[in-house]
Amino acid sequence: MKSKSSYWVKTLQNGLVGGGISLLMGLVGMALAFDKTYVISGVITMGQIFILSPFLFEAYLSVRHAPSKDPRMLFLVGGLSGLVGGAVLAAFVLIGEVVNLRAVLVNASPNLFALLTFHLPLVPGILVLLVVSLVTGLIAAGVILLPERIRGALSQAVMVVVILGLFRDLIVTVIVKWGFVQYAFLWLFAGSGLKIIGALIIFGVIGGLAYWSKGRDRKAIALKRSPRQQRVTRWGTLGALAVITLLLPVILGSYFSEILDNVGIYILMGLGLNIVVGFAGLLDLGYVAFYAIGAYTLGILTTSEAVGLLHLSFWLATPLALVIAVAAGVILGLPILKMRGDYLAIVTLGFGEIIRIVVLSDWLKPLLGGSEGIQLIGKPAIGSFVLANQQQLYYLILVGILIAGFISIRLKDSHLGRSWMALREDEDVAEAMGINKVTTKLLAFAMGALFSGLGGALFATKIGSVYPQSFSFIVSINILSLIIIGGMGSIPGVFVGGLALVGLPLLLSQFADFRYLIYGAVLVIMMLMKPEGLAPEARRRLELHEDEAGPGPQEEPQTVVKNPGR
Amino acid sequence: MAILVSKKVTKRFGGLEAVSKVDLEVKEHAIYSIIGPNGAGKTTLFNCVTGFYTPEEGVILFNGRNITGLSPDRVTRLGIARTYQNIRLFKNMTAVENILVGMQPHLKSGVLGAIFRDPRTNREEKGAVEEAIRLLVYINLKGKGDLLAKNLPYGEQRRLEIGRALASKPSLLLLDEPTAGMNPSETQDMVNFIRRLRDDLGITILLIEHQMRVVMSISEQITVLDFGVKIAEGTPQEIQKNPHVVEAYLGRGAASGLGQALTAN
Repeated sequence: MKSKSSYWVKTLQNGLVGGGISLLMGLVGMALAFDKTYVISGVITMGQIFILSPFLFEAYLSVRHAPSKDPRMLFLVGGLSGLVGGAVLAAFVLIGEVVNLRAVLVNASPNLFALLTFHLPLVPGILVLLVVSLVTGLIAAGVILLPERIRGALSQAVMVVVILGLFRDLIVTVIVKWGFVQYAFLWLFAGSGLKIIGALIIFGVIGGLAYWSKGRDRKAIALKRSPRQQRVTRWGTLGALAVITLLLPVILGSYFSEILDNVGIYILMGLGLNIVVGFAGLLDLGYVAFYAIGAYTLGILTTSEAVGLLHLSFWLATPLALVIAVAAGVILGLPILKMRGDYLAIVTLGFGEIIRIVVLSDWLKPLLGGSEGIQLIGKPAIGSFVLANQQQLYYLILVGILIAGFISIRLKDSHLGRSWMALREDEDVAEAMGINKVTTKLLAFAMGALFSGLGGALFATKIGSVYPQSFSFIVSINILSLIIIGGMGSIPGVFVGGLALVGLPLLLSQFADFRYLIYGAVLVIMMLMKPEGLAPEARRRLELHEDEAGPGPQEEPQTVVKNPGR
Repeated sequence: MAILVSKKVTKRFGGLEAVSKVDLEVKEHAIYSIIGPNGAGKTTLFNCVTGFYTPEEGVILFNGRNITGLSPDRVTRLGIARTYQNIRLFKNMTAVENILVGMQPHLKSGVLGAIFRDPRTNREEKGAVEEAIRLLVYINLKGKGDLLAKNLPYGEQRRLEIGRALASKPSLLLLDEPTAGMNPSETQDMVNFIRRLRDDLGITILLIEHQMRVVMSISEQITVLDFGVKIAEGTPQEIQKNPHVVEAYLGRGAASGLGQALTAN
């Protein structure tokens, strides 16, 4: 049991951390980049949300761990935590007033100070800053005191309002395509962000819906249904999902379809890497190599440029590209079969770089075009109908994902899947069980290379040209990260990870500068708070959280090392 | 008829001869024990038999066939299975999955079978699961098939490891200290279980064991290793009377008290 005084120290720490994060958001330029992006027009900008949300979060942490649940105590704790955070920013503003921080900290500009002091003169500005921080901390305390159901509904409503406000531009471009229906929604939005009245309405509607749906006891409702009704519900949900998936490009238009295509190609490759890393436990950091091989093979075979060979159609070239990618997977797999863990990662990393550099080399320039790459790559055609634009290509990528997803699911739940899992767990023992290490590992590499090659072929035909720059190391890292974020070995996780890690950054073009900063932060936070990923495999959740809901007896195996033998 | 024969098997690590010119002859349906002090080379010999190490010299014959230098998976496919001194289950897989992995040598379906689920693959998979559940019952783990291996208590982990080895339908089973860390009553259960394996399933058992009471009560033949060299061989009675053995275990000075030390244990 912690003493009360150590708890107050903790509260102060939380406040300081909140202030620190907030300051960091300011100093890396994130807050300023969103200074003009209103979430609710004339009321609050995204920049201000960035500055204030750490206070809210840290105050919430302080309040949640408060030793007593007395409301006065909670408000005191929350307010103190928020105030300390505000004081950090206030101190920063005062220092900036005296010393020219800009020489060292590029973003410590007058604009940032203006943002922090709410565009007021120094003294009133600092006072307002402190008051707002205090109020933010008090809000955290107030939220804790609310019943669970209201708290959940509130946070969902706030989330939706912020998202709608932030994505105002993108949403409006979609809405205006909807004919007269647009007028039902357009008036909710202002020139930047939501109108106040719009925000209130959305807040009310979403909050109400969330409150209502939380009130229903889903399990009880599900139990009341007959098996037939349940079947109908399940197929109905699946059918609706399928229809929405099919209609997405039509509803969203070409800009969003392009984003969806990119996300789709990453998901396709993620499914492949998930077999290699998630199922078989072979850490492959050079996965981009097969992507490049698939893309370049398709490019060479279908381009109408002079350098092209054969000038095949997409449908003939793709199988060839896949064969070559798989062959490359096997060729890479052979020499590194005996390597484990870190060594494997380093060699595959090298392989990825070798492919990129070979493609870039003068030696192969006559064939691969060097840094100029290959252009005029053919588009797939069905009869005389050419899949030319992003919306049409979406369907082609969708088919690729469905095939990859189907194969993944089937392989995972087969004796090959179990062999991969066994190799991942303990290679020596797996071998002693009669598992042929060579063929089993090569199969994992080959499946991974297959989907990556397909991703590359689709990428090449989508863009219409390939350049060595598209196949840098960071692509491998992105795919690996999306698997980690989604949950290693989890097939739904690949989709969640793809949408979150590839889709969101593309949507939020303002975030482009901070993409890898956020990436890193998200990965670290994920590993600390939710190491099994956002959509984890059931087994993995069991592995990492068995102390919370461990089934079965927890008898500690005795470790009696009587005879270490040899 | 001898199921396993080793002739002058030698395994070196650098300058150290971990196993030195060891001859062994294990009769079919026997329970055969290898004993010896720490570092005598017992586990190294196991690793030579199962294909993890390739001996520098000597030959290992299994059912008359030379298996020296074969890879571990090939050796397993020929009918030799093993367990480990420190339990090495697939900890994050369930008990049933552990056994299913053990059945590997008897599963024929490949990648295409797994993807398209043809009737033959389905039949094979269904049969494998049924058999795995039968095996779980046999090793007294009924109803625990869906627990992760690491969540099983120690004794059950030991039995599951043996069950996994049995899944490959071996004719020779190598057990590396199956009673390590067990209390006397658990040890007795394990001894009975090992006897049952031999009597019910007709499996030959090759055993590394430290508890003298176990060794002396269960074994039909014993080989004693010390510093990689075979110093004695014979029935339990013969071994108990052998002065070299006592010397190896208790040191030269204690050799006078040899018989008591071994029999009393």
